[in-house]
Amino acid sequence: MHAIEVSGLRKAYGNLEAVRGVDFTIEEGEVFGLLGPNGAGKTTTVEILEGYRRRDAGEVRVLGSDPERPEPDFRERIGVVLQQSQLWPNLTVRETHAIFAGYYRAPRNVEEAIALVGLQDKANARVKTLSGGQKRRLDLGIALVGDPDLVFLDEPTTGFDPQARRAAWDMIRSLRALGKTVLLTTHYLDEAEQLSDRVAVLREGQIVRVGTPAELTTTDLQTEIRYRQDGEEVLVRTDEPTRVLAELTSAAVARGEELEGLQVRRPSLEEVYLALTAEADAAEVEP
Amino acid sequence: MSAEAIRIAGRRPTRRLFVHQLRSEQLVFWRSREAAFFIFLFPLLLYVLLASVYSGKIYGVPPAEALLAGLVGYGCANTAFAGLAIQLVIRRENGILKRLRSTPLPPATYVGALLISTLIVFALQTIVLFGIGRAFYSTPFPSDIGSLVATIVIGAAAFAALGTATASVIRSAEGSSAVVNFILLPMAFLTGSFGPTRHYPAFLRAIGDVLPLKYFIELVNAVYLHGQGFWTQPGALAVLGAWGVAGLAFTAFKFRWEPHGS
Repeated sequence: MHAIEVSGLRKAYGNLEAVRGVDFTIEEGEVFGLLGPNGAGKTTTVEILEGYRRRDAGEVRVLGSDPERPEPDFRERIGVVLQQSQLWPNLTVRETHAIFAGYYRAPRNVEEAIALVGLQDKANARVKTLSGGQKRRLDLGIALVGDPDLVFLDEPTTGFDPQARRAAWDMIRSLRALGKTVLLTTHYLDEAEQLSDRVAVLREGQIVRVGTPAELTTTDLQTEIRYRQDGEEVLVRTDEPTRVLAELTSAAVARGEELEGLQVRRPSLEEVYLALTAEADAAEVEP
Repeated sequence: MSAEAIRIAGRRPTRRLFVHQLRSEQLVFWRSREAAFFIFLFPLLLYVLLASVYSGKIYGVPPAEALLAGLVGYGCANTAFAGLAIQLVIRRENGILKRLRSTPLPPATYVGALLISTLIVFALQTIVLFGIGRAFYSTPFPSDIGSLVATIVIGAAAFAALGTATASVIRSAEGSSAVVNFILLPMAFLTGSFGPTRHYPAFLRAIGDVLPLKYFIELVNAVYLHGQGFWTQPGALAVLGAWGVAGLAFTAFKFRWEPHGS
Protein backbone atom coordinates (compact mmCIF):
# COMPACT_ATOMS: atom_id res chain seq x y z
CA MET A 1 0.00 0.00 0.00
CA HIS A 2 1.08 3.58 -0.58
CA ALA A 3 1.82 5.55 2.56
CA ILE A 4 0.85 8.79 0.85
CA GLU A 5 -1.08 9.45 -2.36
CA VAL A 6 -1.60 12.96 -3.64
CA SER A 7 -3.27 13.93 -6.89
CA GLY A 8 -4.36 17.26 -8.28
CA LEU A 9 -3.69 19.01 -4.97
CA ARG A 10 -4.45 22.73 -4.97
CA LYS A 11 -4.40 25.39 -2.30
CA ALA A 12 -4.66 29.16 -2.54
CA TYR A 13 -4.40 31.87 0.10
CA GLY A 14 -6.49 34.68 -1.30
CA ASN A 15 -5.02 35.43 -4.69
CA LEU A 16 -1.80 33.55 -4.01
CA GLU A 17 -1.85 30.02 -5.40
CA ALA A 18 0.56 28.25 -3.07
CA VAL A 19 0.00 24.75 -4.49
CA ARG A 20 -1.10 24.41 -8.12
CA GLY A 21 -1.88 20.79 -8.99
CA VAL A 22 0.60 18.54 -7.24
CA ASP A 23 0.71 14.75 -7.71
CA PHE A 24 2.99 12.23 -6.07
CA THR A 25 2.93 8.94 -4.18
CA ILE A 26 5.18 7.75 -1.40
CA GLU A 27 5.67 4.05 -0.72
CA GLU A 28 5.81 2.55 2.74
CA GLY A 29 9.32 2.62 4.12
CA GLU A 30 10.46 5.26 1.65
CA VAL A 31 12.32 8.46 2.49
CA PHE A 32 10.83 11.05 0.15
CA GLY A 33 12.34 14.50 -0.20
CA LEU A 34 10.28 17.52 -1.13
CA LEU A 35 12.80 20.02 -2.40
CA GLY A 36 12.28 23.59 -3.41
CA PRO A 37 13.11 27.22 -2.66
CA ASN A 38 11.29 29.16 0.03
CA GLY A 39 7.73 29.86 -1.01
CA ALA A 40 7.55 26.90 -3.40
CA GLY A 41 4.63 25.37 -1.49
CA LYS A 42 6.51 22.69 0.47
CA THR A 43 5.15 23.56 3.90
CA THR A 44 1.62 24.11 2.61
CA THR A 45 1.69 20.68 0.98
CA VAL A 46 3.03 18.99 4.09
CA GLU A 47 0.58 20.78 6.38
CA ILE A 48 -2.33 19.59 4.24
CA LEU A 49 -1.03 16.02 4.59
CA GLU A 50 -0.63 16.46 8.36
CA GLY A 51 -4.24 17.63 8.66
CA TYR A 52 -3.49 21.25 9.60
CA ARG A 53 -4.92 22.80 6.45
CA ARG A 54 -7.84 22.16 4.15
CA ARG A 55 -7.17 21.75 0.48
CA ASP A 56 -9.08 23.60 -2.21
CA ALA A 57 -9.04 20.67 -4.64
CA GLY A 58 -7.49 17.28 -5.26
CA GLU A 59 -7.33 13.88 -3.63
CA VAL A 60 -5.15 13.10 -0.62
CA ARG A 61 -4.66 9.78 1.18
CA VAL A 62 -2.30 9.53 4.12
CA LEU A 63 -2.04 6.05 5.68
CA GLY A 64 -5.42 5.33 4.08
CA SER A 65 -7.07 8.40 5.66
CA ASP A 66 -8.24 11.68 4.24
CA PRO A 67 -6.40 14.04 6.63
CA GLU A 68 -9.45 16.35 6.68
CA ARG A 69 -11.58 13.49 8.02
CA PRO A 70 -8.99 11.18 9.58
CA GLU A 71 -9.58 7.67 10.89
CA PRO A 72 -9.53 7.55 14.72
CA ASP A 73 -5.97 6.24 14.85
CA PHE A 74 -4.52 8.60 12.23
CA ARG A 75 -2.75 10.76 14.82
CA GLU A 76 -1.49 7.63 16.62
CA ARG A 77 0.41 6.74 13.47
CA ILE A 78 2.04 10.03 12.42
CA GLY A 79 4.96 11.91 13.92
CA VAL A 80 5.43 15.59 13.13
CA VAL A 81 8.48 17.84 13.33
CA LEU A 82 7.32 21.38 12.60
CA GLN A 83 9.52 23.95 10.97
CA GLN A 84 9.46 26.05 14.12
CA SER A 85 8.28 25.11 17.55
CA GLN A 86 9.48 25.54 21.08
CA LEU A 87 8.58 23.40 24.04
CA TRP A 88 8.30 24.08 27.76
CA PRO A 89 11.65 25.64 28.72
CA ASN A 90 11.60 24.54 32.36
CA LEU A 91 10.86 20.86 31.85
CA THR A 92 13.60 18.30 31.35
CA VAL A 93 14.17 16.31 28.19
CA ARG A 94 12.81 13.20 29.94
CA GLU A 95 9.67 14.97 31.25
CA THR A 96 8.94 16.40 27.81
CA HIS A 97 9.23 12.96 26.22
CA ALA A 98 7.03 11.46 28.96
CA ILE A 99 4.30 14.07 28.37
CA PHE A 100 4.17 13.30 24.66
CA ALA A 101 4.44 9.52 25.25
CA GLY A 102 1.30 9.79 27.38
CA TYR A 103 -0.75 10.95 24.39
CA TYR A 104 -0.33 7.64 22.54
CA ARG A 105 -1.92 4.23 23.08
CA ALA A 106 1.26 2.29 22.37
CA PRO A 107 4.21 4.65 22.81
CA ARG A 108 7.84 3.78 22.50
CA ASN A 109 9.76 3.51 25.76
CA VAL A 110 10.79 7.03 26.81
CA GLU A 111 14.44 6.17 27.48
CA GLU A 112 14.60 4.39 24.14
CA ALA A 113 13.23 7.43 22.31
CA ILE A 114 15.73 9.69 24.08
CA ALA A 115 18.57 7.35 23.12
CA LEU A 116 17.32 7.20 19.53
CA VAL A 117 17.96 10.93 19.13
CA GLY A 118 21.19 10.81 21.13
CA LEU A 119 20.07 12.86 24.11
CA GLN A 120 20.82 10.26 26.83
CA ASP A 121 23.35 12.55 28.46
CA LYS A 122 20.82 15.38 28.48
CA ALA A 123 17.82 13.42 29.79
CA ASN A 124 17.75 15.41 33.05
CA ALA A 125 18.66 18.76 31.49
CA ARG A 126 16.08 21.54 31.29
CA VAL A 127 14.97 22.27 27.74
CA LYS A 128 16.09 25.91 28.00
CA THR A 129 19.71 24.78 28.54
CA LEU A 130 19.86 22.82 25.26
CA SER A 131 21.67 24.06 22.17
CA GLY A 132 19.74 24.70 18.95
CA GLY A 133 20.78 21.33 17.55
CA GLN A 134 19.82 19.53 20.74
CA LYS A 135 16.41 21.23 20.75
CA ARG A 136 15.86 20.03 17.21
CA ARG A 137 16.75 16.51 18.33
CA LEU A 138 14.22 16.87 21.12
CA ASP A 139 11.61 17.83 18.48
CA LEU A 140 12.49 14.63 16.65
CA GLY A 141 12.46 12.58 19.86
CA ILE A 142 8.91 13.64 20.76
CA ALA A 143 7.83 12.98 17.17
CA LEU A 144 9.16 9.42 17.49
CA VAL A 145 8.00 8.66 21.03
CA GLY A 146 4.54 7.71 19.76
CA ASP A 147 6.21 5.08 17.55
CA PRO A 148 4.67 6.47 14.33
CA ASP A 149 4.65 4.70 10.96
CA LEU A 150 5.00 7.96 9.08
CA VAL A 151 7.24 10.89 10.06
CA PHE A 152 6.98 14.41 8.65
CA LEU A 153 10.16 16.44 8.88
CA ASP A 154 9.75 20.06 7.83
CA GLU A 155 13.20 21.53 7.22
CA PRO A 156 14.74 19.56 10.07
CA THR A 157 18.26 21.01 9.82
CA THR A 158 17.66 24.68 9.00
CA GLY A 159 20.11 26.75 11.01
CA PHE A 160 22.37 23.85 11.97
CA ASP A 161 26.14 23.96 11.90
CA PRO A 162 27.71 21.30 9.61
CA GLN A 163 28.42 18.91 12.46
CA ALA A 164 24.87 19.05 13.81
CA ARG A 165 23.57 18.50 10.28
CA ARG A 166 25.67 15.34 9.90
CA ALA A 167 24.29 14.07 13.22
CA ALA A 168 20.72 14.84 12.13
CA TRP A 169 21.30 13.07 8.84
CA ASP A 170 22.48 9.97 10.68
CA MET A 171 19.32 10.07 12.76
CA ILE A 172 17.11 10.39 9.69
CA ARG A 173 18.94 7.45 8.11
CA SER A 174 18.22 5.44 11.23
CA LEU A 175 14.49 6.13 10.69
CA ARG A 176 14.73 4.35 7.38
CA ALA A 177 16.46 1.45 9.14
CA LEU A 178 13.47 1.30 11.51
CA GLY A 179 11.19 0.93 8.48
CA LYS A 180 9.51 4.31 8.90
CA THR A 181 8.14 6.24 5.99
CA VAL A 182 9.62 9.74 5.99
CA LEU A 183 8.47 12.86 4.18
CA LEU A 184 11.27 15.38 4.36
CA THR A 185 11.08 18.95 3.13
CA THR A 186 14.26 20.88 2.65
CA HIS A 187 15.78 23.67 0.65
CA TYR A 188 19.21 22.11 1.05
CA LEU A 189 20.00 20.17 -2.08
CA ASP A 190 22.75 18.09 -0.54
CA GLU A 191 20.38 17.08 2.22
CA ALA A 192 17.77 15.82 -0.22
CA GLU A 193 20.48 14.03 -2.21
CA GLN A 194 22.01 12.42 0.88
CA LEU A 195 18.85 11.22 2.56
CA SER A 196 16.08 10.64 0.05
CA ASP A 197 15.18 7.54 -1.89
CA ARG A 198 13.28 9.84 -4.23
CA VAL A 199 13.10 13.58 -4.59
CA ALA A 200 10.35 15.82 -5.93
CA VAL A 201 11.44 19.29 -6.98
CA LEU A 202 8.74 21.81 -6.23
CA ARG A 203 8.65 25.25 -7.79
CA GLU A 204 5.90 27.83 -7.52
CA GLY A 205 3.39 25.26 -6.35
CA GLN A 206 4.13 22.66 -9.00
CA ILE A 207 6.34 19.60 -9.17
CA VAL A 208 8.86 20.09 -11.94
CA ARG A 209 10.64 16.73 -11.55
CA VAL A 210 10.39 13.51 -9.51
CA GLY A 211 12.94 10.73 -9.33
CA THR A 212 15.82 9.21 -7.43
CA PRO A 213 18.70 11.63 -6.90
CA ALA A 214 20.73 9.55 -9.39
CA GLU A 215 17.99 9.75 -12.02
CA LEU A 216 17.73 13.49 -11.65
CA THR A 217 21.45 13.98 -12.08
CA THR A 218 21.91 11.61 -15.01
CA THR A 219 18.97 12.50 -17.17
CA ASP A 220 18.89 16.23 -17.10
CA LEU A 221 22.24 17.81 -17.76
CA GLN A 222 25.27 17.00 -19.80
CA THR A 223 28.41 15.65 -18.23
CA GLU A 224 31.26 18.13 -17.92
CA ILE A 225 34.82 17.33 -18.94
CA ARG A 226 37.47 19.84 -17.96
CA TYR A 227 41.20 20.00 -18.56
CA ARG A 228 43.92 22.59 -19.17
CA GLN A 229 45.66 23.04 -22.45
CA ASP A 230 48.43 25.60 -22.91
CA GLY A 231 47.44 27.14 -19.59
CA GLU A 232 43.84 27.64 -20.72
CA GLU A 233 40.90 25.87 -19.12
CA VAL A 234 38.88 23.81 -21.59
CA LEU A 235 35.31 22.79 -20.80
CA VAL A 236 33.38 20.23 -22.83
CA ARG A 237 29.73 19.49 -22.14
CA THR A 238 28.47 16.28 -23.66
CA ASP A 239 25.72 13.67 -23.68
CA GLU A 240 28.29 11.04 -24.69
CA PRO A 241 31.05 11.35 -22.10
CA THR A 242 32.54 7.91 -22.84
CA ARG A 243 33.11 8.61 -26.53
CA VAL A 244 34.32 12.20 -26.04
CA LEU A 245 36.68 11.19 -23.25
CA ALA A 246 38.10 8.31 -25.31
CA GLU A 247 38.76 10.65 -28.22
CA LEU A 248 40.36 13.29 -26.04
CA THR A 249 42.59 10.90 -24.14
CA SER A 250 43.69 8.84 -27.16
CA ALA A 251 44.57 12.04 -29.01
CA ALA A 252 46.59 13.22 -26.02
CA VAL A 253 48.33 9.82 -25.71
CA ALA A 254 49.12 9.92 -29.44
CA ARG A 255 50.72 13.35 -28.96
CA GLY A 256 52.52 12.07 -25.88
CA GLU A 257 50.91 14.74 -23.75
CA GLU A 258 49.28 14.75 -20.37
CA LEU A 259 45.79 16.32 -20.11
CA GLU A 260 46.45 18.59 -17.18
CA GLY A 261 43.86 18.80 -14.45
CA LEU A 262 41.53 16.33 -16.16
CA GLN A 263 38.13 16.14 -14.50
CA VAL A 264 34.96 14.34 -15.44
CA ARG A 265 31.97 15.57 -13.55
CA ARG A 266 28.36 14.58 -13.48
CA PRO A 267 26.24 17.58 -12.65
CA SER A 268 25.31 17.83 -8.99
CA LEU A 269 21.71 17.85 -7.91
CA GLU A 270 22.20 21.51 -7.21
CA GLU A 271 22.97 22.24 -10.83
CA VAL A 272 20.03 20.12 -11.97
CA TYR A 273 17.85 21.97 -9.54
CA LEU A 274 19.01 25.38 -10.69
CA ALA A 275 18.52 24.30 -14.29
CA LEU A 276 15.02 23.10 -13.50
CA THR A 277 14.02 26.34 -11.89
CA ALA A 278 15.58 28.28 -14.77
CA GLU A 279 13.52 26.14 -17.19
CA ALA A 280 10.42 27.04 -15.28
CA ASP A 281 11.35 30.70 -15.52
CA ALA A 282 11.81 30.42 -19.26
CA ALA A 283 8.53 28.54 -19.64
CA GLU A 284 6.71 31.34 -17.91
CA VAL A 285 7.92 33.95 -20.37
CA GLU A 286 6.46 32.03 -23.30
CA PRO A 287 2.85 32.78 -24.10
CA MET B 1 -16.99 -6.02 20.51
CA SER B 2 -20.15 -5.58 22.56
CA ALA B 3 -21.72 -2.17 22.95
CA GLU B 4 -20.53 -2.14 26.56
CA ALA B 5 -16.95 -2.94 25.57
CA ILE B 6 -17.01 -0.21 22.92
CA ARG B 7 -18.33 2.26 25.45
CA ILE B 8 -15.55 1.44 27.93
CA ALA B 9 -12.86 1.41 25.26
CA GLY B 10 -14.15 4.76 24.09
CA ARG B 11 -14.27 6.36 27.51
CA ARG B 12 -11.23 5.06 29.28
CA PRO B 13 -8.61 6.61 27.01
CA THR B 14 -10.27 10.00 27.27
CA ARG B 15 -10.21 9.88 31.05
CA ARG B 16 -6.63 8.63 31.06
CA LEU B 17 -5.63 11.39 28.64
CA PHE B 18 -7.39 14.00 30.77
CA VAL B 19 -5.61 12.90 33.96
CA HIS B 20 -2.28 12.73 32.10
CA GLN B 21 -2.76 16.22 30.66
CA LEU B 22 -3.87 17.66 34.01
CA ARG B 23 -0.72 16.31 35.65
CA SER B 24 1.37 17.67 32.80
CA GLU B 25 -0.22 21.11 33.15
CA GLN B 26 0.48 21.15 36.88
CA LEU B 27 4.10 20.15 36.27
CA VAL B 28 4.52 22.87 33.64
CA PHE B 29 2.92 25.50 35.89
CA TRP B 30 4.84 24.85 39.10
CA ARG B 31 8.13 24.29 37.29
CA SER B 32 8.00 27.78 35.84
CA ARG B 33 9.21 30.09 38.57
CA GLU B 34 7.84 33.19 36.86
CA ALA B 35 4.35 31.70 36.67
CA ALA B 36 4.46 30.33 40.19
CA PHE B 37 5.58 33.70 41.52
CA PHE B 38 3.45 36.17 39.56
CA ILE B 39 0.34 34.04 39.42
CA PHE B 40 0.38 32.17 42.73
CA LEU B 41 2.52 34.11 45.21
CA PHE B 42 2.03 37.72 44.14
CA PRO B 43 -1.62 38.08 45.31
CA LEU B 44 -0.63 36.50 48.65
CA LEU B 45 2.18 39.06 49.07
CA LEU B 46 -0.15 41.90 48.11
CA TYR B 47 -2.62 40.72 50.73
CA VAL B 48 -0.02 40.67 53.49
CA LEU B 49 1.17 44.12 52.42
CA LEU B 50 -2.25 45.76 52.17
CA ALA B 51 -3.65 44.16 55.33
CA SER B 52 -0.70 45.60 57.23
CA VAL B 53 -1.25 49.20 56.09
CA TYR B 54 -5.03 49.61 56.42
CA SER B 55 -6.59 50.38 59.78
CA GLY B 56 -10.11 51.10 61.04
CA LYS B 57 -12.99 49.43 59.24
CA ILE B 58 -13.80 48.70 55.57
CA TYR B 59 -17.46 47.93 54.74
CA GLY B 60 -18.00 47.73 58.50
CA VAL B 61 -15.58 44.85 58.97
CA PRO B 62 -11.88 44.70 59.88
CA PRO B 63 -9.73 45.63 56.84
CA ALA B 64 -8.01 42.23 56.82
CA GLU B 65 -11.40 40.62 56.10
CA ALA B 66 -12.51 43.07 53.41
CA LEU B 67 -9.07 42.91 51.74
CA LEU B 68 -9.13 39.12 51.88
CA ALA B 69 -12.32 39.18 49.78
CA GLY B 70 -10.76 41.78 47.45
CA LEU B 71 -7.62 39.71 47.00
CA VAL B 72 -9.64 36.57 46.26
CA GLY B 73 -11.11 38.68 43.46
CA TYR B 74 -7.70 39.88 42.29
CA GLY B 75 -6.37 36.32 42.51
CA CYS B 76 -9.19 35.09 40.32
CA ALA B 77 -8.58 37.70 37.63
CA ASN B 78 -4.82 37.25 37.94
CA THR B 79 -4.90 33.46 37.64
CA ALA B 80 -7.84 32.67 35.37
CA PHE B 81 -7.73 35.80 33.21
CA ALA B 82 -4.18 37.16 33.10
CA GLY B 83 -2.22 33.96 33.76
CA LEU B 84 -4.28 31.89 31.36
CA ALA B 85 -4.17 34.53 28.62
CA ILE B 86 -0.38 34.91 28.84
CA GLN B 87 0.21 31.15 28.92
CA LEU B 88 -2.05 30.59 25.93
CA VAL B 89 -0.42 33.32 23.85
CA ILE B 90 3.08 32.04 24.61
CA ARG B 91 2.10 28.46 23.82
CA ARG B 92 0.37 29.45 20.62
CA GLU B 93 3.18 31.70 19.37
CA ASN B 94 5.83 29.11 20.32
CA GLY B 95 3.98 26.51 18.27
CA ILE B 96 3.18 24.26 21.23
CA LEU B 97 -0.57 24.37 20.54
CA LYS B 98 0.03 23.57 16.90
CA ARG B 99 2.42 20.76 17.84
CA LEU B 100 -0.12 19.25 20.25
CA ARG B 101 -2.78 19.21 17.57
CA SER B 102 -0.81 16.62 15.61
CA THR B 103 -0.96 14.22 18.58
CA PRO B 104 -3.93 12.03 19.53
CA LEU B 105 -4.77 14.39 22.42
CA PRO B 106 -8.26 15.78 21.60
CA PRO B 107 -8.45 19.60 21.70
CA ALA B 108 -11.40 19.45 24.12
CA THR B 109 -9.37 17.31 26.53
CA TYR B 110 -6.49 19.76 26.29
CA VAL B 111 -8.66 22.79 26.98
CA GLY B 112 -10.53 21.00 29.77
CA ALA B 113 -7.32 19.98 31.52
CA LEU B 114 -5.88 23.48 31.18
CA LEU B 115 -9.00 25.05 32.70
CA ILE B 116 -9.17 22.57 35.58
CA SER B 117 -5.44 23.06 36.18
CA THR B 118 -6.03 26.83 36.36
CA LEU B 119 -8.93 26.30 38.75
CA ILE B 120 -6.72 24.12 40.97
CA VAL B 121 -4.09 26.87 41.17
CA PHE B 122 -6.73 29.50 42.02
CA ALA B 123 -8.45 27.24 44.59
CA LEU B 124 -5.10 26.51 46.30
CA GLN B 125 -4.32 30.20 46.32
CA THR B 126 -7.69 30.97 47.93
CA ILE B 127 -7.10 28.34 50.62
CA VAL B 128 -3.64 29.75 51.38
CA LEU B 129 -5.11 33.27 51.43
CA PHE B 130 -7.66 32.25 54.07
CA GLY B 131 -4.88 30.46 55.97
CA ILE B 132 -2.69 33.61 55.98
CA GLY B 133 -5.65 35.75 57.06
CA ARG B 134 -6.41 33.38 59.89
CA ALA B 135 -2.79 33.03 61.03
CA PHE B 136 -1.74 36.71 60.88
CA TYR B 137 -4.90 38.78 61.07
CA SER B 138 -7.35 36.45 62.88
CA THR B 139 -9.85 36.60 60.01
CA PRO B 140 -12.61 33.99 60.22
CA PHE B 141 -12.95 31.11 57.81
CA PRO B 142 -15.96 31.37 55.48
CA SER B 143 -19.14 30.10 57.11
CA ASP B 144 -20.70 28.76 53.91
CA ILE B 145 -18.00 26.69 52.23
CA GLY B 146 -20.37 25.39 49.56
CA SER B 147 -21.26 28.92 48.43
CA LEU B 148 -17.61 29.94 48.41
CA VAL B 149 -16.69 26.94 46.25
CA ALA B 150 -19.52 27.77 43.85
CA THR B 151 -18.40 31.41 43.76
CA ILE B 152 -14.82 30.44 42.98
CA VAL B 153 -15.85 28.08 40.20
CA ILE B 154 -18.22 30.64 38.64
CA GLY B 155 -15.62 33.40 38.85
CA ALA B 156 -12.83 31.21 37.46
CA ALA B 157 -15.05 30.14 34.56
CA ALA B 158 -16.05 33.70 33.66
CA PHE B 159 -12.50 35.04 33.86
CA ALA B 160 -11.08 32.03 32.00
CA ALA B 161 -13.49 32.78 29.14
CA LEU B 162 -12.25 36.40 29.16
CA GLY B 163 -8.65 35.13 29.32
CA THR B 164 -9.05 32.97 26.22
CA ALA B 165 -10.81 35.84 24.44
CA THR B 166 -7.93 38.18 25.28
CA ALA B 167 -5.40 35.57 24.14
CA SER B 168 -7.25 35.54 20.81
CA VAL B 169 -6.50 39.22 20.13
CA ILE B 170 -2.86 39.36 21.32
CA ARG B 171 -0.53 38.67 18.44
CA SER B 172 2.88 38.25 20.03
CA ALA B 173 4.27 36.45 23.06
CA GLU B 174 6.57 39.37 23.93
CA GLY B 175 3.68 41.80 24.27
CA SER B 176 1.27 39.48 26.04
CA SER B 177 2.28 40.25 29.62
CA ALA B 178 2.17 44.01 29.05
CA VAL B 179 -1.23 43.97 27.37
CA VAL B 180 -2.79 41.70 29.96
CA ASN B 181 -1.47 43.67 32.93
CA PHE B 182 -2.59 46.89 31.27
CA ILE B 183 -6.10 45.48 31.59
CA LEU B 184 -5.72 43.65 34.89
CA LEU B 185 -4.18 46.26 37.18
CA PRO B 186 -6.53 49.18 36.41
CA MET B 187 -9.46 46.77 36.63
CA ALA B 188 -8.31 45.60 40.06
CA PHE B 189 -7.94 49.20 41.31
CA LEU B 190 -11.26 50.37 39.88
CA THR B 191 -13.25 47.46 41.27
CA GLY B 192 -12.03 47.50 44.84
CA SER B 193 -9.57 44.61 44.94
CA PHE B 194 -7.06 46.66 46.91
CA GLY B 195 -9.49 48.67 49.04
CA PRO B 196 -12.81 50.52 48.76
CA THR B 197 -13.46 52.75 45.77
CA ARG B 198 -16.09 55.06 47.25
CA HIS B 199 -13.67 58.03 47.41
CA TYR B 200 -12.71 57.65 43.73
CA PRO B 201 -14.01 60.26 41.25
CA ALA B 202 -17.43 59.37 39.82
CA PHE B 203 -16.16 58.64 36.29
CA LEU B 204 -13.63 56.13 37.61
CA ARG B 205 -16.33 54.45 39.64
CA ALA B 206 -18.55 54.40 36.55
CA ILE B 207 -15.84 52.51 34.66
CA GLY B 208 -15.48 50.11 37.58
CA ASP B 209 -19.23 49.54 37.53
CA VAL B 210 -19.16 47.79 34.17
CA LEU B 211 -16.13 45.58 34.84
CA PRO B 212 -16.70 41.92 35.74
CA LEU B 213 -14.27 41.94 38.66
CA LYS B 214 -16.53 44.35 40.58
CA TYR B 215 -19.34 41.80 40.47
CA PHE B 216 -17.12 38.90 41.38
CA ILE B 217 -15.87 40.81 44.42
CA GLU B 218 -19.49 41.65 45.32
CA LEU B 219 -20.22 37.95 45.21
CA VAL B 220 -17.24 37.10 47.44
CA ASN B 221 -18.19 39.93 49.83
CA ALA B 222 -21.74 38.60 50.13
CA VAL B 223 -20.59 35.03 50.72
CA TYR B 224 -17.60 35.70 52.95
CA LEU B 225 -18.27 39.01 54.74
CA HIS B 226 -22.03 38.71 55.09
CA GLY B 227 -22.51 34.95 55.22
CA GLN B 228 -25.05 34.95 52.38
CA GLY B 229 -25.55 32.21 49.77
CA PHE B 230 -24.10 32.96 46.34
CA TRP B 231 -27.61 32.73 44.84
CA THR B 232 -28.71 35.81 46.80
CA GLN B 233 -26.80 37.96 44.26
CA PRO B 234 -28.65 37.44 40.97
CA GLY B 235 -27.50 40.81 39.60
CA ALA B 236 -23.81 40.06 40.13
CA LEU B 237 -24.25 36.53 38.75
CA ALA B 238 -26.00 37.91 35.68
CA VAL B 239 -23.24 40.43 34.90
CA LEU B 240 -20.50 37.85 35.44
CA GLY B 241 -22.41 35.37 33.30
CA ALA B 242 -22.84 37.93 30.54
CA TRP B 243 -19.10 38.71 30.50
CA GLY B 244 -18.33 34.99 30.52
CA VAL B 245 -20.66 34.21 27.63
CA ALA B 246 -19.33 37.17 25.66
CA GLY B 247 -15.77 35.95 26.26
CA LEU B 248 -16.68 32.43 25.20
CA ALA B 249 -18.43 33.61 22.05
CA PHE B 250 -15.48 35.82 21.12
CA THR B 251 -13.07 32.93 21.75
CA ALA B 252 -15.11 30.55 19.62
CA PHE B 253 -15.08 33.12 16.83
CA LYS B 254 -11.49 34.34 17.01
CA PHE B 255 -9.24 31.82 18.75
CA ARG B 256 -6.54 30.20 16.64
CA TRP B 257 -4.16 27.35 17.41
CA GLU B 258 -1.39 28.39 15.09
CA PRO B 259 1.23 31.08 15.60
CA HIS B 260 0.83 34.37 13.77
CA GLY B 261 3.01 34.83 10.73
CA SER B 262 3.40 31.12 10.06
